[in-house]
Amino acid sequence: MNSILSETLHSKNEARKKYCRFKKNGIKYIDYKDPEFLLKFVNEQGRILPRRITGTSLKYQRRLAKAIKRARHLALLPFMTDGLK
Amino acid sequence: MQKYYETVFMLNPVLSAEQVKDTVQKFKNIITSQGGEITHEEDWGLRQLAYPIKKKSSAFYYLIEFKSEGKLIKTLETEYHRDEQVIRYLTVALDKYALEWANKRKTKPHLIPPPVISYEIKDKEEKQIRERVREAPSKVEKTTNTEAEEKE
Repeated sequence: MNSILSETLHSKNEARKKYCRFKKNGIKYIDYKDPEFLLKFVNEQGRILPRRITGTSLKYQRRLAKAIKRARHLALLPFMTDGLK
Repeated sequence: MQKYYETVFMLNPVLSAEQVKDTVQKFKNIITSQGGEITHEEDWGLRQLAYPIKKKSSAFYYLIEFKSEGKLIKTLETEYHRDEQVIRYLTVALDKYALEWANKRKTKPHLIPPPVISYEIKDKEEKQIRERVREAPSKVEKTTNTEAEEKE
């Protein structure tokens, strides 16, 4: 029983390896004017998702956070809501 | 040293089209009179806000891209402050990647103005509808994916 559990966990881990989508797609600049794109990196309440979940590299997580905060300032994204997605 | 900047400001939604035009022209004059050079502008029109600002739920958005000395920014922003019709503004310097993207964006007219999204959920009924939509495979997901491909 135990071995099966560990096996499934192992295979699950191997199946989806996290990667940075900005590095992979060669996106150099994250635009704050594109709220629909930024929506992918926030949760339902509008909070920025940590990079341990999205897999974004540190460099782009910093830029992403900046873009999201700029979008919030211009009311393109909410600071806090419910049911964003 | 001259640098590229991009400024977005939001105007009071109660203004008439004429007044909006005048205000925009006023800020454009400020930029050009101080030795700035306007390279691009976008009128996003009346957009819904993601959250209320000063008890208003919408605003006129306008974007201006320009090239100028850094000291212009200070005078421009004090003018924004003085004008009571401006509810928010943002000015950012564009680095080379931002410029690259800005130029690419101009060739894609469907990206201008960005889509209007309404986040406000006013009553319980709407909330329930949203929850049902969330469970079903959403179309929103697909559109955002294509957007990502365009960004590539």
